[in-house]
Amino acid sequence: MKCTEFLKELNEYLDGALDARTKSDLDDHLAWCHNCYVVCDTTKKTIQIYKNTEVYDLPDELRTRLQEAIQAKCQAKKKASGPQGA
Amino acid sequence: MGAIQHSISDPPSEELVLVRAAKGGDDKAFGELVKRYDRNVFRIAQHITQNREDAEDVVQDAFLKAYTNLQQFQEQSKFYTWLVRIAVNEALMKLRRRRPERMVSLDEDIKTEDDSVPREVADWAPNPEQNYNQAELKEILSRTIQGLPPGFRTVFILRDVEGLSTEETAEALELSIPAVKSRLLRARLQLRERLNRFFVKPTVETA
Repeated sequence: MKCTEFLKELNEYLDGALDARTKSDLDDHLAWCHNCYVVCDTTKKTIQIYKNTEVYDLPDELRTRLQEAIQAKCQAKKKASGPQGA
Repeated sequence: MGAIQHSISDPPSEELVLVRAAKGGDDKAFGELVKRYDRNVFRIAQHITQNREDAEDVVQDAFLKAYTNLQQFQEQSKFYTWLVRIAVNEALMKLRRRRPERMVSLDEDIKTEDDSVPREVADWAPNPEQNYNQAELKEILSRTIQGLPPGFRTVFILRDVEGLSTEETAEALELSIPAVKSRLLRARLQLRERLNRFFVKPTVETA
């Protein structure tokens, strides 16, 4: 297996979405190709770090304000479109 | 496309119970749906627009649009996927308004032939994120993902942060499944490459 072939399958490999045979071929490649091993490992870490870090959190105060605004807008919409509204 | 079909014998999901109640005019049920997904919609909107005020507007507009068009939600997919689709469209509209000089589309396939080929291969420390405090880490991750084209970062956020499946992401973004897969791979590899300079393992100096 060439490195370019490995890269093509990287998504499925990281997502655990490969059949046993293909996974085994990729494991074999990783065992001797240090570059692909590093790319695979650091890509996995990239995903984990983004998944585990709340980059944009919604503070409680803002959240409450948004929820109230949504509720008010929906009510206004309902009134405007009559009793059968929404 | 991979729409989720509900068979007659399946009990409706908690989400679907709320959706049906909201369709019947139960505003409390709709309020529950807002509480359930407002954080997700905010995150997605902020990642696409890169602007907090715009993200706040998107959250309000997306839920109002969902409320207004609830009767048109056919229950062929998850409500959340349908909501994400609305939110992404609202966020892209905001982005286009802010950057009229640039075409902003999820459809355009950005032609960068070699962007999937790693240029720099260097190992990272075991838990490289621990070298930064939470605020620094957020800043690094935010700046890094901002450098990606909107179509790439949106696919990455939906798949890898929000946990949508490839099929759900394709449905929410109105992209083909191969397009989602190709963008996800390129987004993952580009982010990895861009994070190298923050996370690479310090080299041990040899005597």
